[in-house]
Amino acid sequence: MKDLLWLVPLFPLLGAMVNGLIGHRRGWSHHASARVALAGAGLALLAGLGAIADWATTVGTHSVHVNRVFTWIPAGLATTADGLLADVTVEFALRLDALSAVMLFFVTFVGFLIHVYSVGYMHGESAPAFARYFAYLNLFMFAMLTLILGANLLVLFVGWEGVGLCSYLLIGFYFEKDWCAAAGKKAFIVNRIGDFGFLLAIFWAIKVFGTVDIATMQALLAAEPAKYASAVTPIALLLFVGAVGKSAQLPLYVWLPDAMAGPTPVSALIHAATMVTAGVYMVARCNFIYAAAPEAMLVVAIVGGVTALFAATIGVAQNDIKKVLAYSTVSQLGYMFLAAGSGAFAAAIFHVFTHAFFKACLFLGAGSVIHACGGEQDMRKMGGLKKYMPVTYWTFMVATLALAGIPIFAGFFSKDEILAKVFAAGTGNLHGYGSIYLALWGMAVVGAFITAFYMFRAVYMTFHGEYRGAPEAAHHGGGHGKEGREAELASAERGGHGGAFVPAGGEERHDAPPHQTEHHLHESPPSMIWPLRILGVGSVLAGLVGVSKVMTFHLVDLNWFEHFLHGVAPAVEVAHHPSLAVEWALIVLSVGVALAGIALARSFYYGPQAFTKPQRLAQRLPALYRAVANKYYVDELYEAIIVRPLVALARFTWKGIDTVAIDGTLNASAFFTEIAGDVLRFVQTGNVRNYALMVLLGAVAAALWLLV
Amino acid sequence: MITITHYLALSLVLFTLGVVGMVIRRNFITLLMCVELIINGATINFIAYARHLGDVTGQVFAVFLITIAAAEAAIGLGIIVALVRLKQTVQLDQANVMRG
Repeated sequence: MKDLLWLVPLFPLLGAMVNGLIGHRRGWSHHASARVALAGAGLALLAGLGAIADWATTVGTHSVHVNRVFTWIPAGLATTADGLLADVTVEFALRLDALSAVMLFFVTFVGFLIHVYSVGYMHGESAPAFARYFAYLNLFMFAMLTLILGANLLVLFVGWEGVGLCSYLLIGFYFEKDWCAAAGKKAFIVNRIGDFGFLLAIFWAIKVFGTVDIATMQALLAAEPAKYASAVTPIALLLFVGAVGKSAQLPLYVWLPDAMAGPTPVSALIHAATMVTAGVYMVARCNFIYAAAPEAMLVVAIVGGVTALFAATIGVAQNDIKKVLAYSTVSQLGYMFLAAGSGAFAAAIFHVFTHAFFKACLFLGAGSVIHACGGEQDMRKMGGLKKYMPVTYWTFMVATLALAGIPIFAGFFSKDEILAKVFAAGTGNLHGYGSIYLALWGMAVVGAFITAFYMFRAVYMTFHGEYRGAPEAAHHGGGHGKEGREAELASAERGGHGGAFVPAGGEERHDAPPHQTEHHLHESPPSMIWPLRILGVGSVLAGLVGVSKVMTFHLVDLNWFEHFLHGVAPAVEVAHHPSLAVEWALIVLSVGVALAGIALARSFYYGPQAFTKPQRLAQRLPALYRAVANKYYVDELYEAIIVRPLVALARFTWKGIDTVAIDGTLNASAFFTEIAGDVLRFVQTGNVRNYALMVLLGAVAAALWLLV
Repeated sequence: MITITHYLALSLVLFTLGVVGMVIRRNFITLLMCVELIINGATINFIAYARHLGDVTGQVFAVFLITIAAAEAAIGLGIIVALVRLKQTVQLDQANVMRG
């Protein structure tokens, strides 16, 4: 079975081709398209589980299994940087080891659940659009699995570009709306900037190592670290540029909030659970390069830590429920990079793993809420949904607790692991940058407080209090047809342009008396509820695979996750670990700040006095509030320093170079030819005797020239 | 004694008559006759030098020129017929449809 690893990406690819090339054109029914897509994702899950089971039982979980499919690029001999000849042959090879097994498991599992959920969520679409959606979704699964299983950087890059393409296609799924198409383009272009760095890293690796195969590079680097010492830092930094683009870190995070223009299940699958974690995965995959490049690790940690805090503060003032989750994703990805930059690659992947469950659950819960509210995404127009949609409420609550880092929920174990490792890197003075790591740890703790605050703010605004929606929105909620989708688009459009801290205004509550609208609110259909339930359970249990030794007082070792990954992603250890008492103090502190964040959110957004305190705070600090609500004007900054000059440059090359220089030269030569013709045409008199005279004169001139 | 000079003088006279006629006359048929004069002037020149230098190449060219003159007369008369059909005239001043 492990030798049939290539079947894992093949099934979704076949599903995408059948739906995209046949189903979409023939106008297959929703049932037929859904069946094909679910088969593609489901068979990938089964094949993946089979391959993992076979690999784990026959060769063991500490081994690396490589499945060579075919020779892709037999480039032949090339001279490397040190003047040696290397045989640069790129195999299309898939690699199964502990790291890719973890990713393979949760990507196929969460991906399959989101396929199921999409069947319910997207059923209002027309049949061709439905088939198109599932073709993209299956194609994404193919690309993501190629990315995960790639045994060398080039195969990984194929998947990397593939997920970017699918992300673009799915963000712009409602391409008839200009702003959806623009969001898709923004995502693609920003990602391309990162991909350029990744490509340069691959070229550099070929130049230095003469290969792109991960195992070979690792062996070469392990054999002669001194020889490659000067090359690893730039390679690591360029790889990280790619990761920054894909995983939405500062300064390239701006595409992810806009990516919420896509259908909500897409936000859950691609822009929360799987694709955006590809950057973290890639850094963990290349951990041997980073381990040899302390400065690159520091850069990774700083970018991650700053992003974690920065994005969390923006999340505080967002009113669009999906935007809150988007900034939370950016922030959590920051934590993952912070862990990777502190040398705790296993902790980073652990957070990727738990995050996939609870963030997918949150997004799908948000989708369920949006579905019920007839496409409304503005939390100011929600409220009181707890009693109408209990399953959505409880699963959303569980996932929120997981994200906030409350004990026994999944996020607690992984986030605490990260905080502990960063603190250890600080006190242990990792690579001599201890004080910087300590500062980053402080930022991460503050970020944890803000995370708990904004997530519970979302819960209270959405599920507690009284329903504040407009009657017509709730009316559409009854029929999940095209109108619902239109409303979702319209709402997201309004929400897209910043917003206020506070409800849209008291008067709306009087305009929409709850008793008129409440009976339209409803729980979502089973195909949406069951994925929520399963992911909710995952949000509780996923963390239990990686209970750190500190929490068990070193009595028993339950940190299976780290041991599982130890062979392929060993941590960069510091000499001195904090004592058990200090570690416990850290755990108490991180739980304490999470609880404090929840308490603050409760005092702000819960009960009869809800919304008055934040309103007063916003009035007292108008400048700060405006900056946060407008996302620190980063989009405006990009607009001013990059987009506008680029547009001006494009206009110059169009109006200046193309129109004036190129067209001008061409038109001028045509103009002078015309003028010359206008003058010279008078020579043609049409009178034969004139021609005869000219022949004579010519003959005389020729004779004179010959004689004289 | 008739020397080569006499032949050349005759040749020159014929040639000049032809050229002057071409420039000053407007009747297409006259023009055609002038062309014949030019060609015949040239032919006499060839023959005179062929005899003077004892080289038969000149005579060969004379035969060629007679052939060309015949072909030219045929084409020229054909053009005249076409012109007359088009314009009902052989006066060249009235046939300037190719004016630029």
